[in-house]
Amino acid sequence: MPTIRIQTEAFDSGAEMAAISRNRTDIGAVASFVGLARDMNHGDDVRAMVLEHYPGMTEKVLAGLVDEARSRWALLDVTLIHRVGRLLPGDAIVLVAVASTHRGEAFSACEFIMDYLKTQAPFWKKEETEHGARWVEARASDDTAAARWTGS
Amino acid sequence: MTLRILYFARLRERFGQHEETLDFAGSTAADLIAQLRARGGVWAEELAAGRAFRVAVNQNLVAFDAALTENAEVAIFPPVTGG
Repeated sequence: MPTIRIQTEAFDSGAEMAAISRNRTDIGAVASFVGLARDMNHGDDVRAMVLEHYPGMTEKVLAGLVDEARSRWALLDVTLIHRVGRLLPGDAIVLVAVASTHRGEAFSACEFIMDYLKTQAPFWKKEETEHGARWVEARASDDTAAARWTGS
Repeated sequence: MTLRILYFARLRERFGQHEETLDFAGSTAADLIAQLRARGGVWAEELAAGRAFRVAVNQNLVAFDAALTENAEVAIFPPVTGG
């Protein structure tokens, strides 16, 4: 059963990674991605960021993209955690961990989930910088990354 | 028809509200955007043709020609930036 959480509290990536394969011996591979808050963006010091989301739709979109990953690859488990609220540089924002029998499925599904999350899940970042607060703009390269998974 | 409209992120801040209930006489998401744009000021500016924003109806992303229905929850927001 996939684990999907949206939370304000910090999470422990190591503990989540360990939990995915605890008490089972059928898993041969766990691939993971952790996204972190940086202290620099577009040349400015970033002191903190606030993540806003659309409660209700966010849960629906994340569940949908994990389902889509499970229909494309033979996955044994998925953990997806995304933080909201105020984060400081160095804080983990998002964790995706994917368990499968072999590494290929785990690597691909992990990347797919992140690429779709970036373009589909209703989260927005606002950075607090030395020049004041500003909303982060979406990047065209994220659309390009997500588009790799369609049409094949 | 009556619609519940939600705004997020930059649009929520610029419009000075998160949510409103609206009487709507049109039929599609594009008609709704036109009605909101007609308010002028920040509405005309943020929802101008060529500005990037998304529309979700009942929590699903839709194209602007999507039909709206009575009591739909319509959300308007900037392109997403999570992860």
